[in-house]
Amino acid sequence: MSLLVKNIIRFILFILLQVYVLSQIPPLHQFITPYLYFLFILWLPFSISRFSLMLVAFFLGMTLDYFLNTPGLHAAPCVLIAYLRPFLINILISQEGAELNYAEPSIKSMGFAPYSLYVLVFTFLHHFYLVLIEWLHFGNFIYFLGKVTATTGVSLLLIFITEMLFFRKQRFRTNTA
Amino acid sequence: MKNIFVFIRRYFNFLFFLVLQIVSLVLLVQYNDTHEAAFAGVSNEVTGHINEQYNKIQNYFHLKENNRLLLEENTRLKNMMGINFEGPDSTRIAVLDSLIRDTLGRQRKYLWLPAKVVSNTISQQYNYITLHRGTEQGIKKDMAVICSQGVVGTVIDVSENYSRVMSLLHRNSKVSSMLKKSRVAGTVEWDGKDPHYLTLKNIPKSTPVAKGDSVVTSNYSANFPSDIIVGTVVEVLKDPSSNFYIIRLRAATNFYSLEYVNLVENVQWAEQRRLEAVPVKNQ
Repeated sequence: MSLLVKNIIRFILFILLQVYVLSQIPPLHQFITPYLYFLFILWLPFSISRFSLMLVAFFLGMTLDYFLNTPGLHAAPCVLIAYLRPFLINILISQEGAELNYAEPSIKSMGFAPYSLYVLVFTFLHHFYLVLIEWLHFGNFIYFLGKVTATTGVSLLLIFITEMLFFRKQRFRTNTA
Repeated sequence: MKNIFVFIRRYFNFLFFLVLQIVSLVLLVQYNDTHEAAFAGVSNEVTGHINEQYNKIQNYFHLKENNRLLLEENTRLKNMMGINFEGPDSTRIAVLDSLIRDTLGRQRKYLWLPAKVVSNTISQQYNYITLHRGTEQGIKKDMAVICSQGVVGTVIDVSENYSRVMSLLHRNSKVSSMLKKSRVAGTVEWDGKDPHYLTLKNIPKSTPVAKGDSVVTSNYSANFPSDIIVGTVVEVLKDPSSNFYIIRLRAATNFYSLEYVNLVENVQWAEQRRLEAVPVKNQ
């Protein structure tokens, strides 16, 4: 399957999952909102340009926002993590030329520890910025701290489960092929 | 001039990042201020359509509960019907019809319309409900939304076939309500924590309040008919910094399973607002 088709299907699935499953779950606590949709941005291929990466992220955020009736609330954090993604990937990639040999970030292409750090940092950043915007509208500092930590924890758990369930086989690409 | 272009080319990605950030924040702030974002109408139609498809499947799982609620409401309404009452005097028969004026010469004030819920959130801080009924089916902005259990919210956006309701579970939602026993009016708000509980504010400490008291919509509320149940008192807290109570209510409406609601229009409200907009003379 071509990269484009694969990512379009992924986009639709992530949005539907977020809107009709994760946002429908009765809240366990006011601090806990499960988020998974931004994993789409983390899974985009290495080869995508920074301009289109940000544009896709903005589009993803706005699509979700129009379902949840909060225009801009999720688009802003998505654009932030899309902007920072290339910097972190450059720092974290240990193997020489892994971004040329593999299609997209995964446990196999980056190694377990760097990939976990990559997911952890962006999950935290996404929630930090999202709750920060919410916090500026209302709320107190404890709400802010509690929600960032609890939501990050739940999201990490969900991402871990997703990675286990949908193990992405990455083909090693050589110049000859 | 050349330097400016070099600068823009060099920092193109960063500038683009800033532009997208500003666009999203402006959209967010504008939307929260006015609830009338530029694309609200269009997006309402598109997302409303997808929500409706999903809703068709979801509905089957709630049929049993819905039947029970309809039956309960039917029984309640049948008990209120005119034929159940008999008086010695034939001039006091209650008449129910949909005319503008009834046989006693009273003007119609509230008009009720049914609508189906196609989307509903409870887990956000700003919760909205989408209804499959819009301007073409007689919905206007600011209409009250009520279900068989109690108050649900207020209409804030309308497109041709869908309308968006600000649920009671919304940080900015305020409904004028009163204690049923003492008829003292206050405001019902939501603190964003638990979808089962609401907060009643602005009740003076001199008012007698007890656990289990009913709270209903007040007669000052313009869009809601009076005496519709909002909730029951579960906890009375004294606000040490003011002369008012903070009363926690258990919401009468179960927001987890909304399926069909009624919309209420106050047909005399335009006239009331026209009068109230006139500056006071002779003061």
